Amino acid sequence: MSETVIKCESVYKIFGQNAKKMLEESKGNVDAKTFQERGCIVGVNNASFEVAKGEMLVVMGLSGSGKSTLLRCISRLTDATGGKIFIEGQDLLELNNKELIELRRNKMGMVFQSFALLPHKTVVENIAFPLQIKGTNTEESISRAMEMVKLVGLDGRENYFPRELSGGQQQRVGIARSLAVEPDIWFLDEPFSALDPLIRKEMQDEFLRLQEKLQKTIMFITHDFDEALKLADRIAIMKDGIIEQLDTPANIVLNPATEYVRKFTEEVPREKVLIIEDVMDASSKDNLGDLKVSKDEIIENVAEKILTQEKLVGVVDSNNNIVGSIKPSKIIDTVFGGRKNGS
Amino acid sequence: MDYLKKYPKLFQWLFLLVVFFALCFAIDVPETYKFIRGQAEFVKDPNQSVYFFLGKEVRYYAFDVFWRLPPLLGWLPIWINDSLFFLMNEWMPMEFWNEDTQEFKTRPLLLEISRNLTSFMTFLIELIREILLGGLETIVAFTSWDFIDAYPWLELPGLPWTIVAAGAAILSYKLSGKGLALFAGLTMIYISIFGQWKPSMQTLSFILVAAPLSFIFGLGLGIAAYKSKRVEKALYPILLVMQTMPQYAVLVPALVLFGVGDHAAVIITMVVAVPPMILLTILGLRAIPPEVIEAGRMSGCTNWQLMFKVLIPTARRDILIGVNQVIMVCFSMAVISAFIGAKGLGFNLLLALNQLNIGLALEAGLCISLIAILLDKMSLAWANKQTDYFGNLTFFQRNKNVIFFAASFVIGIILAYVGTFIFKGSFNYLFEIPHNKGISTADFWNKGVDWIFDTFFVYIKAFNTWLIQDVLQPMRALYLRMPAVATLVLAVGAGYLIGGVRSALVVAALTLFIALSPWWDRALVTLYMATFGVVISCLIGFTVGTLCFQNKKSAAFMLGVCDIFQTFPSFVYLIPVMMLFGITDTSVLIAVIVYATIPATRYTIEGLRSVPIGLHEAATMSGVNKFQRLTKIEFPLAFPHMMLGLNQTIVFALFMVIIGAFIGTEDLGQYILKALSDKNGAGIGLTLGICVAFIGLIFDNLIRTWVGKRKKHLGID
Repeated sequence: MSETVIKCESVYKIFGQNAKKMLEESKGNVDAKTFQERGCIVGVNNASFEVAKGEMLVVMGLSGSGKSTLLRCISRLTDATGGKIFIEGQDLLELNNKELIELRRNKMGMVFQSFALLPHKTVVENIAFPLQIKGTNTEESISRAMEMVKLVGLDGRENYFPRELSGGQQQRVGIARSLAVEPDIWFLDEPFSALDPLIRKEMQDEFLRLQEKLQKTIMFITHDFDEALKLADRIAIMKDGIIEQLDTPANIVLNPATEYVRKFTEEVPREKVLIIEDVMDASSKDNLGDLKVSKDEIIENVAEKILTQEKLVGVVDSNNNIVGSIKPSKIIDTVFGGRKNGS
Repeated sequence: MDYLKKYPKLFQWLFLLVVFFALCFAIDVPETYKFIRGQAEFVKDPNQSVYFFLGKEVRYYAFDVFWRLPPLLGWLPIWINDSLFFLMNEWMPMEFWNEDTQEFKTRPLLLEISRNLTSFMTFLIELIREILLGGLETIVAFTSWDFIDAYPWLELPGLPWTIVAAGAAILSYKLSGKGLALFAGLTMIYISIFGQWKPSMQTLSFILVAAPLSFIFGLGLGIAAYKSKRVEKALYPILLVMQTMPQYAVLVPALVLFGVGDHAAVIITMVVAVPPMILLTILGLRAIPPEVIEAGRMSGCTNWQLMFKVLIPTARRDILIGVNQVIMVCFSMAVISAFIGAKGLGFNLLLALNQLNIGLALEAGLCISLIAILLDKMSLAWANKQTDYFGNLTFFQRNKNVIFFAASFVIGIILAYVGTFIFKGSFNYLFEIPHNKGISTADFWNKGVDWIFDTFFVYIKAFNTWLIQDVLQPMRALYLRMPAVATLVLAVGAGYLIGGVRSALVVAALTLFIALSPWWDRALVTLYMATFGVVISCLIGFTVGTLCFQNKKSAAFMLGVCDIFQTFPSFVYLIPVMMLFGITDTSVLIAVIVYATIPATRYTIEGLRSVPIGLHEAATMSGVNKFQRLTKIEFPLAFPHMMLGLNQTIVFALFMVIIGAFIGTEDLGQYILKALSDKNGAGIGLTLGICVAFIGLIFDNLIRTWVGKRKKHLGID
């Protein structure tokens, strides 16, 4: 987690005729209701956050929560009404059209919920499209696109048309297209929402595999909390345009900031989300038993082992140094306790 | 009474009808009223009334206002004429450099623009024409006549027909495949062997200029309208009127502005063909999912790239329908513009029809239809064509089409050269088969027509007489018996009941325009013929459509038939009916019915098809039989779309009624035809055209409003 790639400073997006003027009048204190009475709809309300290089930020929210609008502000598909957005230190809102196009051609890739493939182009042409737009010659762009076809596992289907592919395959094309120019920043707008559950799971695994290999800076939009937990380095939960909480999956599950967030976390199987590090006691490193577990293990995988112990279980990092300990009863607390009352 | 309470709309409609008929009976026909004498004939007649408007004298027969409104708009055609004259001859005189005399000359701006435009069009047409047929105009355009005199051998030689045929086939093969190539080749050979080469190529050169220009302008304006609300708002009323404006009517002002000839025909064809192209471009662009646009933007497209690499290809289905329409209109105009001196098949067709030489007309009509179908299919194939990046092709494979064309080019020239030795002294059939020297089936057809006439004369005549005396004449009399006020009340009432105040106002304005023009009676006659045609067309179309829908294959087949029939230029429909019924109203009406049945059938099938499959299954599971399913599920849901079909049927019927004037009817079309040969015809022609367009728009407005409401009610879009 080193340099900051995306940085938002109180970004607002308000739809409506006098949006800009009303925002100035409100002095940053935007109330959705009063705005609505005056014919404006608040899409994004005072969003500030940073995304570091190689990090995956998942923005989670139900429909109408403004998550897609936020993404479109950062990709500048719509212009934010107020606030500042920096991409690698460059002020996005100050860019002129030419610079913006240059930025998109080289730094950004985006995947869409409805795939948004060009119906008149084959798989490989679709993937080569951003390259050809950039001016890469046909031969090179096609050979590069073929690499991407292999990367997403569509070999043999490169000359199919989008309409001849299943939903999952179409989204693979969408992903390949967004990666074709080797962007540093990768936007995904509910990429798996239109797929059936089995395919969705498969695509999520595939996506994680890709990310491990590519290490892009990612903003990922979803309305599925489980998906967010599974993929995210950090999660931002949005409601009515406001970011309710922005934290790591573990912290969100363990310490939901608001009632709204808590509702989501209620049904979450913690043992599948949390790792040992999240629940260990870093202060006591004495009186340990024989069993040692890695701090990066998901609780589910080691729970049985730990529960058979009577003594404290030692927690070690990757170099086998002891960094803390865990009481067997803590596992039971984590899994069963605090569901209803918070932890 | 309960019944009426349950259906308040029914009660309102009944009330409207009662008022209408009460008015009809209450207002007597004035004794002096005679149909044939129109109300404003601009002849000095002691019985005429006179009024002055803007210094113009307008004469008319005065009747009771309830019976016929006075032609308060009678000044409009005169005013249009004067304005046109002023614009062309006096407005904005400017100095222009004259190449020939080497000096400045003062000329009105519009005249100069018109001259330059026409000479540009002429150049384009001549260029293509001379590539196909040979000639020296093109070279003259770059040099001068003196230059040609000095080097008399300088002349574009023209292509032998064999090369053109081979070229068409190879191009078709490249675009689509063997099937189309075969069709293209056979069409060209047919045209050549039957001695229609020259007129066909003349028509083709006309189309090859008019269609691409219309396409480009339509697309450009469509894009402009898509990008800017203001442009769209400015274009919209023009588009609306042009949709229902009969093509005849635009000819007349074109005469004034651009003179006589192919160039004027091209310009006027563009005027007619561009509006549907614009509409369909806008429609297509609007229907693009926003995410596709965003995907384009995120790929780093510039505005230009976004439009031409993302938006237009994605909207190509609708744009294609636009291209199809453009081609249709171009061919239709290729015939009609023969009236203003366009050369080619259309001219031959009109001439043959004028001489009642059905055989010749049939041959010309067949040629023009074949070329129309060919170009239509080729443009479709072009738009659907995919580029193939794969397979490491050899030089030969990659360029085989070019090589084949080069080969056939050489062979064609050699053949033509050999031909000069074989056909010494006579025509070189391997270069071009001249008109009248090819095989002609005209005699055969003429004899056939004679035979049909001799054999079935009694029956045809009996049918004809019955139809005219017992159906058409009474119907016409009824229409003419409607007092103007009663008609107005009916139209406005219908507008109010269907679309509320807004619709009522629109309909009232449109009806008033016609009622205040000098041609109300003629409009009624037009309306009667159109109604008759529409009723029968809908009966046939809805029935045929429903029957064909019962089976997937027959439905697809019928849609294909509709496609082909739609490609025929409208004038072609007059040929077979004249063959059977001669020069009577019956002929016109049958042509109207055949032509207008196409949209009725098509929309019925499409409407029934659009009923969701889930509903079919739900209906089947509730145990309905086929008939119940049709009446209870499919018809109610398909009805709005079928009504849009009715709308199209009305437009088609109106067009054909107007074209029917060529055979001799007494409606608005007849006056438009007259205006063509009138020195001051421009204003009259245009006003008449607007009248026809407004008749169409009245129904258009009512039907669309109703369909919109109904669709909302049913929750389908």
